[in-house]
Amino acid sequence: MEEIHKHFLNNNRRNFLKKAGLGIGGLALGSMMDPFNFGKSNDPFSALGNNTLNLPHFAPKAKRIIYLFQSGGPSQLDLFDYKPKLNQLRGTDLPESVRKGQRLTGMTSGQAKFPLVGSAYNFKQYGESRAWVSDLMPYVGKIADELCFVKSMHTEAINHDPAITFFQTGSQQPGRPSMGSWMSYGLGSLNNNLPSFVVLLSNGTGRPKGQPLYSRLWGNGFLSSLHQGVQFRSAKDPVLYLKNPEGVSAFERRKMLDYLAELNHEQEASFGDPEITNRIAQYEMAYRMQTSVPETMDISKEPDHILQMYGPDAQKPGTYAANCIQARRLIEKDVRFVQLYHMGWDQHENLPNQIKGQSSDVDQPTAALIMDLKQRGLLEDTLVVWGGEFGRTNYCQGALTDTVYGRDHHPRSFTVFMAGAGIKPGFSYGETDDIGYNIIKDPVHVHDLQATILNQFGIDHTKMIYKHQGRRFRLTDVHGEVKKSLLI
Amino acid sequence: MKNNTNHQLLGYFLIPFIGILLFKFLSNIPSETFINISEENTFTTNTYLNNNTSGYINFNFDVKPILSDKCYTCHGPDEKARKAGLRLDLEQGFYSSIKDDVDKYIINRETPHESELIKRIYNDNVSEVMPPPESNLILTNNEKVTLKSWIEQGAKWEPHWSYSKPNLPEIPKTDFSNWCSNEIDFFISNKLESKGLKPSKAEEKEIVIRRLYFDLTGLPPSLNDINNFLKNESKDAYENIVDKLLSSKSYGERMASIWMDLARYGDSHGYQDDQERIMWPWRDWVIHAYNKNLPYDKFITWQIAGDMLPNATKEQILASGFNRNHKITQEGGVVPEEYRVEYVADRAVTTSKIMMGLTIECARCHSHKYDPISHEEFFSFYSFFNNVDEEGLIIYGETAPKPNLKITEEDLKDELSFVNLPDSINDVTLMVMKETENLRNTYVLNRGSYDSPTNKVNPGTPKVILPFDNKNNPANRVGLSKWFFDDNNPLTSRVAVNRIWQQFFGIGIVATPDDFGSQGSKPINPELLDWLAYTYQKKDKWDTKKFIKRIVMSSTYRQSSKSKKENVIIDSDNMYLAQYPRQKLSAEMIRDNALATSGMLVNKVGGPSVKPMQPPGLWNEVTGGGGGSLAFYVPDTGENLFRRSLYTFWKRTVPPPSMMIFDAPTRDFCVAVRQKTSTPLQSLALMNDPQYLLAAEHLSKKIFEKKNILIKDKIIELYRTVTGRTPNTTELLKLDSYFNEVKEINKYSDEKAFTSLSVLIYNLDETTQKS
Repeated sequence: MEEIHKHFLNNNRRNFLKKAGLGIGGLALGSMMDPFNFGKSNDPFSALGNNTLNLPHFAPKAKRIIYLFQSGGPSQLDLFDYKPKLNQLRGTDLPESVRKGQRLTGMTSGQAKFPLVGSAYNFKQYGESRAWVSDLMPYVGKIADELCFVKSMHTEAINHDPAITFFQTGSQQPGRPSMGSWMSYGLGSLNNNLPSFVVLLSNGTGRPKGQPLYSRLWGNGFLSSLHQGVQFRSAKDPVLYLKNPEGVSAFERRKMLDYLAELNHEQEASFGDPEITNRIAQYEMAYRMQTSVPETMDISKEPDHILQMYGPDAQKPGTYAANCIQARRLIEKDVRFVQLYHMGWDQHENLPNQIKGQSSDVDQPTAALIMDLKQRGLLEDTLVVWGGEFGRTNYCQGALTDTVYGRDHHPRSFTVFMAGAGIKPGFSYGETDDIGYNIIKDPVHVHDLQATILNQFGIDHTKMIYKHQGRRFRLTDVHGEVKKSLLI
Repeated sequence: MKNNTNHQLLGYFLIPFIGILLFKFLSNIPSETFINISEENTFTTNTYLNNNTSGYINFNFDVKPILSDKCYTCHGPDEKARKAGLRLDLEQGFYSSIKDDVDKYIINRETPHESELIKRIYNDNVSEVMPPPESNLILTNNEKVTLKSWIEQGAKWEPHWSYSKPNLPEIPKTDFSNWCSNEIDFFISNKLESKGLKPSKAEEKEIVIRRLYFDLTGLPPSLNDINNFLKNESKDAYENIVDKLLSSKSYGERMASIWMDLARYGDSHGYQDDQERIMWPWRDWVIHAYNKNLPYDKFITWQIAGDMLPNATKEQILASGFNRNHKITQEGGVVPEEYRVEYVADRAVTTSKIMMGLTIECARCHSHKYDPISHEEFFSFYSFFNNVDEEGLIIYGETAPKPNLKITEEDLKDELSFVNLPDSINDVTLMVMKETENLRNTYVLNRGSYDSPTNKVNPGTPKVILPFDNKNNPANRVGLSKWFFDDNNPLTSRVAVNRIWQQFFGIGIVATPDDFGSQGSKPINPELLDWLAYTYQKKDKWDTKKFIKRIVMSSTYRQSSKSKKENVIIDSDNMYLAQYPRQKLSAEMIRDNALATSGMLVNKVGGPSVKPMQPPGLWNEVTGGGGGSLAFYVPDTGENLFRRSLYTFWKRTVPPPSMMIFDAPTRDFCVAVRQKTSTPLQSLALMNDPQYLLAAEHLSKKIFEKKNILIKDKIIELYRTVTGRTPNTTELLKLDSYFNEVKEINKYSDEKAFTSLSVLIYNLDETTQKS
C-alpha cells in the first residue's frame, strides 16, 4: 500500500518537476500548480512561490539583473585603470620579469618588441569616492559614487570565442548553460507574460569589422530549453514569429486558441497524455506574449526628459542606448535577467580613434540607465554589471606612432564595474602594478565574479547544481569564491 | 499478484486526493528530497527502488547507484581524490577493515550493525557522518535503508552490469502469449505481468500506419497510403508496408537525421566567425549506407578507420569524414596546439559515447570519479585519434582543410554515384581522416591541458571493458575498430540496440544512451536488452534493417497508445510499455509533415545543404560587422525552399530557428538524446512561421478546389491529410463550427475560412505527435 503511494507520488512529483517551466511559460505552469485555480489565475505574482530547488539559499539582495556585456575586450588602461607611469615609459620594452611567460595571442606572439604605451586620454577623479575615469567616459565618471569598480579581474582565455563563452557559461568550450539560464532554472520567473531571460544586441561604432556573437552565449546548454535566453530584436518581429500574419486579427487568433484548446482536450480525454495540458498552457503564454512584448518594446510613451537622459541614440531602434531603455522597461515588468551585448571593443590597432566612438556609444546610456533605475527605486534590487571578456595589453600591438597605437588581448588584469543590489557603491577593489600588467592586490577570477553575482540572488554557487550525464554541474564548475569585500 | 490488484484499486480511488495533497503541500516537502529529485533530468535506478517490492536488494540495481552518486567522489576510482584509502567501487574495498583500526570492518557480515558503513551513515556527529556535510551530498532515508538492508542480506557484491558481455537469455514465459508476435513481446509482457500491468490491444490501423511511416521514413503516409492500408485486410498488409518503407530512399534519410546529431554534423566550422565548411558528401554517404543496409560493423569501421583499411576505396575514405565533423577554429591569434588537442579530445569523446556509451571525458582532467577509467586510459584512447595530419588553426575561409578528399565527376560515374553533386560544379572537396607521416607521441595532459604533458602513453582501451589485444590488432584506428567488434566487447551491441530502441519508443531500455556506467540508468528490462544485443550481433550479423523489422513487427510496437487507468497507477511514466508511448515528433518531422501533407515537399535526396525561409537578419545581427562567407543569410529560391529538413544548412553559432525551437541540438558536440519540451516559442512558430502558413494555404486550396464534395467531407479530408486520423463526430462539429464562426466574424469567403481551419489543424497537438 505504502509503496504504491510513494511510487505514485514520486512519479508525479518527478513529472511535475520535469515539466515545471520556470523560464518562458513559467507562470502558465505556475497556475497549473494549483488545480483549483487552473485556467482562472491571472495573478502575476503566483509564480513567486514556484521554487523547486529550495532556492534562494538565503535572503537575496537582488531580484533582477542587467548585464551590459562589452564584447571584444574594452581597454581598461584607456578607461578606468589609470597608469601615468605607462606614459612616462612610453616606447620602452615590457620586461620579461613582468610578463612571466604569459602566453600571447597569435596577433603579437611574432612581435620582436613589446613597447609600453600609456593612454592618449586624460584621467580625472570623480565624486567623493575619487574614482579615476578617463575623458572617454564623462557620464560614467559623474555617477562614480554609485559604482563599484573591480580593477583586478582576470581570466585564462586569450581569445574572444573561448573568453566570452567562459564569462557567460563558466566554461571555455561550448555546451554549458549560460548564467541567465542558470538563474531561470534556479529561481524561476517573476512574471507571467514575458520570458525570464531576455537578450538584446547592439553593434558598436568602435570597430566596423568586429567580433561576432554566438547564440550559445544565451543558450540553455543541458538545462531545459524553457530556460533559454529569448532574443528581443529591433526587427519587425521582436520575438521570432511573434506577429500574427497579415489579415489575422487578435480576435480570430483568440477564437482559434479556444477551439484549439477544446480539440486538444478531446485528445487528452482519448489518450490520457498529461503533456497535452502543458501544451495548451504554452499556447496561452504565446498569446499573452503577443500583447506583452510589443507593449514593452514600445517606447512612444516615454517622456522626453527620459529619452534625453539616454542620449541622442535613444530613439534609434537597435542601438545600445535604445536597448538600455528596453532593459529598464523589461526590468519594470519583472524580467529576471536582461542580457545586453554591445559589440566592437576589439581595438588591436588605431585604438585612440576607434575607442572614442565605442565609448560614446555606451557612456551616456549606461549612466542614464543606472540613474533611471535609481530614481524609480529599482536599483535597490536590480544588479547592473558592465564589462567585457578580457582586458587589453599595456604594450603596443603594431606600429607605435605619435597618434596611433593598438592593444592586444590581455587576460591577466582588466576592469568591470557593478551597481545596485547590495554591491558597495563608490568603491574600488583590487589593484594592478604601476604599469597595469599584473594584479598586485585582491584578484577576482571570472568564477569569483559569477559566484558573487549568484550570491546577491541568495544563491550559494556551490549548491545550485544540475545533474547531467551523471555529473553535478555548476555555473562556477568546481571553483569560485564570493568576494565579500564587494558587498555592503 | 493478489496484493497488487488491491493496491491498484486503492490507488485508483486515491489519485485525486493524492494529487491535491501533492500540489497543496509542494512547498513542505523536505529540501533534500527536493534537490535529489529536481536534479534528476533522466530516469535513474533510484526511481525504480520504490518498485522493488520483493524485498531483495540487488547490488547493481539498488545499491551501486547510491554508492556511485553519493560516495564515489571520495571513495571511487579516482586515486587522487580518494579519502582514507577506501574504495567502494571494488569488491575488496567493502570487506576490508578500516585503515586506522584493524578491528573495524567497512562491512561486517556477521554482525551487520557493527559495519562501519552503517555506523557512518546513521550518525549525528558532523565529523563522522558520511557523506560529510561539506560535500553537499545527502543520503535520503530510503537510500540509507537500502544500504542497511543490503548488508543485512549478506552484502553480495556483483561486477557492474554492463561490463560483462551479453549472453542469450531464455525467452521468458508469459500469461499473455496470445498477445505476442515475436520474442520481444515475451520479454515485455513477462515484465508487465510481474508488475501487475497488462499489454494493450493492437492500435487502430490508421494510427499505427502513421506511427510506422514517421519512424521508418520521417514522413507521414499520404491519404492514399492510409486508405489502401485500411482497405487491405490481408494478413501481410502491415508487413508489406514495413518492407516497402525499409527499402524506400526516405528510410536512409530518416536514419541519417538521427546519426547527424551523434556525428555533430554541421555546415560551418563552429567557432568565432563560423565560416562555411563542406561536409555534405559525407552526409550523402550516410544516407546511402543506410539505404544499402551496410552492416553496422562496416558502417562504424569505415567511419572510424575507412582511410586506413588495406586498399581503402574512395567510399571508405569518404566515410572517415565522420571524425572531422567536430568544430574547428579559424580565429586569428589562437594557440593552434590548444585547439588541435580539443579536436582530438572531441573525436575520442564522440567515438566513446557512440560506441561504448561512456562519459570518458570525465577522465580527461583526472581519473573518472564514477567509472573505472583512469586518466592514463583516457589518453591511451585519445592517442588513436592523435595522428591526424591536420592544423589546429585553419586558414580563414578554408572550406575543407587538410586532410581532405576531392570527389570528381569521374568518381560519380562509378563508386561514388550516391554523391549528389549539383550540375553547376565539377568536383567537391571535403574533410576526411589521414594519418601524419611521423606519428605523434601522446602524453597524459595534466588537468587535460595542452601545455602540461606528463607521462607518455601507448594506444589502448579501458581495461575494465576489454583490454586491447596488442598482439592481434594493430595499435591504430583499424585495431580500435576490431576491438569494438570483438566478440567479447560487452558494450558495442548493447549501446547500439539501445539507441535503435530509443528511436522507436522514445526512451531507451537504458534511459541514458550515452551513459552505461555507474551514474547511468540501469536497464529497465535487462534480459530484453541482452536478447536484442545478442540477436543483432550474432543472429542478424549487424543487419540493421532486419533488426529494425523485428522491432516494428512486435506487438509491443503495434499496441495502442491510449493509456489505461489501471496501468497509469502502477507505471505513470509507461516505462514498462503497457501501451505504446505517445511521443512528440522531432523538429525535422514537424516541418517535413507540413511540407509533405501540403504537397509542397520536394523529395530529392542529398546534395549541398539548402537555405529555406527564415526570419531576416538572424545571421548578420551577430556577426559584429565581420563574419566572412556566412555573414548574411540568403534564402534559396525554388525547390530548395521545400526540401526535407535534414538538408537545412547548419550554421552552428546561429542554428536554424525552425529546428532549434523544436529541441534540435546545436551540433556543437555529439548528442544522443534530444530534449523534449513544450514552449511558447513553439506555439508561436506553428501559428506564425510563414512556412506553416504557406503549407496551410497550399493544402486548403488543393482540397477546397475539389468539385462536388460537401464542405463536411472537405473538412474530413483536410483533417485526415494532416493528422492521419478521421475526426469523430464531436471533433467534426467543432471543426465545422470554427469554420463557420471565422467565416461570419471576418466576412470571409468559404475558401479563406477553410485556410484558417487548416492553420488550426496544423496547430493541433495531435499533428505534432506520433500516437
